[in-house]
Formats: sequence, C-alpha cells, structure tokens
Amino acid sequence: MTDLLALTALEAHEAMVAGDLGAAEYSAAWREAAAADELNAYLWRDEGGEESKAIAVERDCIAPIAVKDIFCTEGVPTTAGSRILEGYRPPYTSTAVQKLVEAGAPVLGKTNMDEFAMGSSNENSAYGPVLNPWDRGRVPGGSSGGSAAVVAGGLAPWAIGTDTGGSIRQPAAFCGIVGLKPTYGAISRYGMIAFASSLDQCGPLTRTVSDAALLLGILQGRDPLDSTSVGLEGGVSLPDREDLSGLRFGVPAELGHDEYDSGVRAVFEQTLKRIEALGGEIAEVSLPSSEHGISAYYVIAPAEASSNLARYDGVRYGMRAGGDGDLIEMYETTRSQGFGPEVKRRIMLGTYALSSGYYEAYYGQAQKVRTRIAEDFKNAFGTVDFVVTPTAPSVAFELGEKSDDPLAMYLNDFFTVPMSLAGIPAISIPAGIAEPEGGGPQLPVGFQIAAPAFAEQRLLDAAYALEQGIGFDARPGGVDG
Amino acid sequence: MIEREQVLHVAKLARLRLTEDEVETMVGELSGILEHVDRISNLELEGVEPTSHVVALENVLRADVAWRSLPRDVALAQAPEPQDGAFRAPSPQAE
Repeated sequence: MTDLLALTALEAHEAMVAGDLGAAEYSAAWREAAAADELNAYLWRDEGGEESKAIAVERDCIAPIAVKDIFCTEGVPTTAGSRILEGYRPPYTSTAVQKLVEAGAPVLGKTNMDEFAMGSSNENSAYGPVLNPWDRGRVPGGSSGGSAAVVAGGLAPWAIGTDTGGSIRQPAAFCGIVGLKPTYGAISRYGMIAFASSLDQCGPLTRTVSDAALLLGILQGRDPLDSTSVGLEGGVSLPDREDLSGLRFGVPAELGHDEYDSGVRAVFEQTLKRIEALGGEIAEVSLPSSEHGISAYYVIAPAEASSNLARYDGVRYGMRAGGDGDLIEMYETTRSQGFGPEVKRRIMLGTYALSSGYYEAYYGQAQKVRTRIAEDFKNAFGTVDFVVTPTAPSVAFELGEKSDDPLAMYLNDFFTVPMSLAGIPAISIPAGIAEPEGGGPQLPVGFQIAAPAFAEQRLLDAAYALEQGIGFDARPGGVDG
Repeated sequence: MIEREQVLHVAKLARLRLTEDEVETMVGELSGILEHVDRISNLELEGVEPTSHVVALENVLRADVAWRSLPRDVALAQAPEPQDGAFRAPSPQAE
C-alpha cells in the first residue's frame, strides 16, 4: 500500500496506461489514505455514495484528485469555506472539475480553505483551520491550504486550488510542494466561486513539476462558458530540460533584505547559486512599482469581492436568516450571520474604495498602479527569461500568530501579488528548509519563478531542471514518498 | 483615517449589520489598512491607462443561439424558500 502512495501522479498514470497498476486498487488506496485526515484538510470526501454520481468518472486512468471547495461540483457540497453556503449543493459542475472527470481523474474530496479564498493562513475558514503537516501548531498557508496540506500530508496524490494574490503559491511553499498559478485566462473560471474576477485563476498543487505539467495540460483550454478564457496554444508537454544554460534569471533590485527572514534568504541565495551551477545566468532587474503591489491589490481585490459577494442575499441559494422581517432586514441578517470577520472586512474595504468621493483616489489609482506593475515585468522580460523571488517572506507561521493583525497577514503576499496583478504565470517549488525566525524544527522554503504571459511551457521546463538540481526530498514526519 | 459614521454608512451600503464590537474593531482595522493603502493615492500617475483586465481580449462573441440552461425545478432546488415555481423573499415593506 505504502508503495502505491509513494508514486507521483505521473508515475501512477504511466503505470496505469502500461497496465502495471490497477486503477481501482490505486484509487482505493488513496480513498483510504484520505479517510485518515487528521489535518482538517477535507470538508467532504467521496465515500462512493449517490451524491457524487454527477462527477463520477467513466474510466479512471489518472490519479484521483483533491479539489478546493471553491469549485462547484454538481450534487456535492460546495461551501467555499463559508457558513453562508453551508449545505449548498450546486446544480452544475465547474469546467475545471469537468475536465478532470473527462480525463479520468476521480474527485477524492473537497478541501478546506479560507472563506471565499480570502486569507493567507486558512484560519478564515468557517470550518476551522487546516493544520500544517510539517508542524500541526502552524498554518498551512492559504487560501488553498487544504489542497496544499493533503498533497504534503500524504492524503492525496495531487490537488487543484485557486490563486488570486498568492493562494496557490504561498501554501505550496509553506507545505513543501509545487504550486503553479497559470497565466490569467489559461484555465476556465466557469463554476469557480468568484472572489476577485480579474485576478482569480485555477492551478495545480503537486509533488513535482512534472505532475503540475500533466495537470495543467488537462485543465487548460478556452471555454465558451468563460469569455475571459484563452487556453494555452499548443497545450502542455511534460518537461524534460536538464540544465539552464542560455537562460537568464532576473532578481528584482528592489528586493530589500528587510522584507524576509534570514532563513528564507539563505535558501534563496543558495538556489541562485544552484541556477548558476546548472548553467543559468543571474541578472538584476528593476520592478520599481512592485512595492505598491500590496496597496493596489488590497484595493482591487476587495472592490471586486464586494461586488461579487453581493449575490449572497438569502434568496436563491445558501442560508437565510431573519426571514420574518422585511427584505432589507433579511438581507442584513443573512449576510451578517453568514460571513466571517475577514470577509466582512474585505466587503467593507471594497465598498469604501468604490464609494463616491473615494473611487478615484483608491480604485482608479490602484488600476493605474496595476498598469505600471505589468509594464515593469514587460521591461524586465526584455532582458531576462524569468523573474525570481522567494515565494513568501517567512516559513509557515504559528496558528494565531497573525490572526489579530490583518495588515501583517496581507504583507505576507508581498512577493506573490505583483505577478497576480500583471496576470503572468508563476510557480513555487520547494527549494530547501530553514528554521523559523523564533526557532524550532526546520520547515520548507519556496522559490518563486515568474515568466511572461502564456510562457508556461518554458516556465515548467526551467522549473523542472531546477527541481532536479535541488533534489528536494524532505517530507513531513510520518509521510512516505 | 476612517470614522465611526463612515463605517456605519459603508456597512449600510454593503447590507451588513455590524454589532457594536464589530464597528469598533472595524474602525481600527480599516484605518490601519487604509493608512498603508493610502501610499498609492498620492502617486503621480497622470496619463497612465488604468488596467481592468490583463489579457488583450476584445468583443468575445458567440453565435446567437440558445444554450443549455437549468430546468426551473433544479434552479429552485437550492433556494431557502421556493414557492409556486419562484423564489420567495420577504416583502420590501414591513407589514
């Protein structure tokens, strides 16, 4: 049994195709592993009941997958981590999940997340925080914390999540796995519960870069149901690049040393040396507007969220409270009881930023900063192939450490937000381990690589070569493989 | 940065009813966040085109033909209070 779970999703797929591995046996092993979840990572698991009929695969030939609970799955509970959607069973399935089902990847379960994907620690879930498999006193990151924890914790071979400002990359870094945010438009957003529509993007959380490539190949594509989807021309091939010769990696000159921990910095610098050893070249690039990334993001994302979340009004789906009063009273009671503190905070922030008198100063300015940030990357990519940074300023922090300080939590997205605003693809790969600033057992550190829009293939090829060079094989205690 | 009255006004716009404690916390927290965010309000960005969408797409069209849609009973199945083939909601005016 242990051996089956040690296979990467790609290895399992190849063994299934070759007839060396029985899909039913393999899926059953994973269902059993998933049932042993002690991390509060799953909100729902497929136990073979009637409810999952609509998303059942005809023939499983691809590894079963954990799906963030933000993707609508027909007949299967979908909460987005919120009380307001407790018990909601969508009448349709998201395109991303539909593609998985058609490819033959059964849905193993739905994973816990920060409510409506708003958060960097998973502590904003209405269903309790997910625990980091490396240290259960620490957060797994967020908002796709459940998806990262199941992959790192041996509860799923791979998973999908969503990334609006770092919600795939940062939890991947905190849990020591690979997380890819594709170019905006690479994967359909149809049936993906909206947070900030101009930023939200689906992507893979996997053990290896090859698994991420396999998964992206399944998920990508233009979808008539999402007019902003474009797909990836030519699809995605499995990466096989062995070195980095001829490639230039840009380190932002603005990357001060104050923004991140010394342990993270040591791993980052060691990884730059590794790139050079593999034949790559390190160069300095300038991203002068990135320092305003957090400010622009925390105007744009809440503004879009305040509009998107207006739909939760207790009329068409989800919970209703205060139904004995008049309409307005019902709206207000439902929303006040249904949303958690962070969601309320962001709705307030977004409503304020869009309100008359403040629109230009905040939202208008933020959209212009966004243009500047995109231009910075464009200029940088004129001289380098990739831009590299640490994924997060620290290793996984302790549960409760930042939950009383929303701004400190937001600043955790410092390295990931600029790529989201620019709409470009970025991957986090595990690059090493480091001791937390306050001491304690060593935890994984992520290395972020960003590429120009739609250059996913080049990004995956380079990440693969670097992954082989790093040879990261640390695993949380008690997890095989 | 943001006053109590503004918080109450914005909550009303957002259809949120905040408790006294929530109002107090919100005043402090929103002020802290806005102070940080405020750094961009004074940037010189005259003439910079605002970005609302990152992918250069224009007028994505499709043929004007009916597309599959949800049957009425399925669409109503998740409603808190469906009635007579419709969504029932409280009256806008208190009785």
